[in-house]
Amino acid sequence: MEAYINLFIKSVFIENMALSFFLGMCTFIAVSKKIETAVGLGIAVVIVQTLTVPANNLIYSFLLKEGALSWAGLQDVNLSFIALMACIGVIAAIVQILEMVLDKFFPALYNALGIFLPLITVNCAILAGSLFMIERDYAFGESVVYGVGSGFGWALAITAMAGVREKLKYSDVPPGLRGLGITFITAGLMAMGFMAFSGIQL
Amino acid sequence: MNKEHTKVLVDPLVDNNPITLQVLGICSALAVTSQLSTALIMSLALTSVTAFSSAGIALIRNHVPSSIRIIAQMVIIASLVIVVDQMLKAFAYEISKQLSVFVGLIITNCIVMGRAEAYAMKNPPLESFLDGIGNGLGYSLILITVATVREVLGAGKLLGIDVLPLLKDGGWYVPNGLLLLPPSAFFLIGLLIWAVRTWKPQQVEKPDFAIVPAHGEAH
Repeated sequence: MEAYINLFIKSVFIENMALSFFLGMCTFIAVSKKIETAVGLGIAVVIVQTLTVPANNLIYSFLLKEGALSWAGLQDVNLSFIALMACIGVIAAIVQILEMVLDKFFPALYNALGIFLPLITVNCAILAGSLFMIERDYAFGESVVYGVGSGFGWALAITAMAGVREKLKYSDVPPGLRGLGITFITAGLMAMGFMAFSGIQL
Repeated sequence: MNKEHTKVLVDPLVDNNPITLQVLGICSALAVTSQLSTALIMSLALTSVTAFSSAGIALIRNHVPSSIRIIAQMVIIASLVIVVDQMLKAFAYEISKQLSVFVGLIITNCIVMGRAEAYAMKNPPLESFLDGIGNGLGYSLILITVATVREVLGAGKLLGIDVLPLLKDGGWYVPNGLLLLPPSAFFLIGLLIWAVRTWKPQQVEKPDFAIVPAHGEAH
């Protein structure tokens, strides 16, 4: 149990997807103008990440890994080179299914989150979650915790960023830095803040 | 090579740069720029993937129903990325280890998808190919600039060769460790955007709220 809690804290703060690994930066910069939209997108990322990382973990360990097909009598088959294709396929499919399920059964939630779902397929934080899971060889339990944690960390970062930007729009920024430039520098300062966590040993 | 082609190729370098203006492909621009060698490999990988995927998508653009176009684009892009990934593992193993997941993440790099959606779906293969190369070069330009600054000032080296002799080896330069850390990439790109927009003022964004000039202070 302790190991899971440690992994969760590590994936939220120390290895924050957005501010330590710069993943999902395009949406992080583009959709962080308002707190409301940032929170909506953050929730959508948590949900999708929680579903896709474990799903990819199962697919990788039972179909693609070296020797994973031994249950079918194929001991020497190693399909790990198509892991990239499989991961992005699973993500696209899960996002699509989630969109349809929400539309059918939870229309209120669909109205709130629906516009963010297509954005998520091309959010690199989602794909990176699955690729890090493969690279670090997480077991199924760990992959669930890592999925929740990394999604939550990203949501936290974008919400904080949106909070800063809502205040920032009233400030008098030099013309060339206005908009994108100052956003980058703000994100840099936030990343420096998050580096304070990097010395923590769990 | 007529005028139109040259424009498609040169425009994304400064006037319509994917990173500083279109806000595409930022993740990898930040993460792989602590050394020039990784930045160069990444630029090469991204430019070739963007060029060939744009050409491929332009070839099939009239045959794919729009409801499944994203999946079709993804399949083309993912196949090209797998080829690049396997090539790197075979011929440049050390660098592919350093780039870790970032080669795989070219699939979701917004430059590739963005150019596929915005350009390749509407234009013939040759133009799309050139557009891919142009945007790849625009991305490379930023990457190489940032990586050069970070490696020279952060480690006193360029491509692993000593440029500024370090104090601890008997030289005079004290390296700035901050530049090797992730946040410095944000600052450098932010400053780069500032520089580009000072040079090309038409790229400056409009403020959300204008500052009201102070009246009546002289009274």
